[in-house]
Amino acid sequence: MFAISSFVCGLVFGFGLLISGMTQPAKVLGFLDILGRWDPTLAFVMAGAVAASGIGYAIARRQGHPVFGAQHLWPTRSDIDQQLVVGSIIFGTGWGLVGLCPGPALENLASLSPRVIAFVLAMLVGMIAQGFWQSRLSSIRVVKETPLASADG
Amino acid sequence: MAEFDPPSALLGGVLIGVASAMLMLLNGRIAGITGIVSGVIANAVGDQPWRLAFIAGLIVAPIVSGLFVHPLPQPQMPGSWFVIVAAGLLVGFGARHGGGCTSGHGVCGIARLSARSMVATTVFIATAILVVAITCHA
Repeated sequence: MFAISSFVCGLVFGFGLLISGMTQPAKVLGFLDILGRWDPTLAFVMAGAVAASGIGYAIARRQGHPVFGAQHLWPTRSDIDQQLVVGSIIFGTGWGLVGLCPGPALENLASLSPRVIAFVLAMLVGMIAQGFWQSRLSSIRVVKETPLASADG
Repeated sequence: MAEFDPPSALLGGVLIGVASAMLMLLNGRIAGITGIVSGVIANAVGDQPWRLAFIAGLIVAPIVSGLFVHPLPQPQMPGSWFVIVAAGLLVGFGARHGGGCTSGHGVCGIARLSARSMVATTVFIATAILVVAITCHA
């Protein structure tokens, strides 16, 4: 059931990206291009998504445990460190270059566009490279006894 | 490319939020695409099926939708192959390095009122706006 409900969530997420127009990189770039013909779509999408998600999370906070799981895995980190900022600058640079972020990139694989496939393969290589980078960083940090970084989402 | 359509944008956004809420209410997980994919890469034992199932749902969505009402528009991506591959590398490395992307920080994190995610979202949107300003107008 755990995987089936996850599949349904992915499906609904995909419908949302599609209906909102956010699978289209050109439309995302239209939002980021504040000096051109600005397209406010992304702001509306985020507002709707944050509101609906926020309501769901408020209910989840009152839930003893998730329907199909033992516990809610909420992200635990609240510190704002250099890695958060540097990572977001690197991500924002790539996002601004073509208008694709991970969710729409994966969904666009369904178009079988060679350019999307190339982007996704490069994205996976980037994520794997970060994993190696992180384990190097962590092995240095062990000496300082700093806790391991965990993903927020 | 479709014109700005506020009702579709809001409805689509709400669906994304509903999916994120459902994943927490049903499975107790955060719907951050970077986190989900990174978990597959990190090969967390026993934790793979739900991650792969979510990604499968994301890819199947436009196929199902295309059979009925809303086909997937052919993605229009500017730039050379070099730019596309470079952008993919930057997106993958940066999103994992910063602990999340548009979904994990921008939707789930802000919905949790996480200051960390608000900072990340502000930084990546501001950076992307700057990059577009340079590539399109400089």
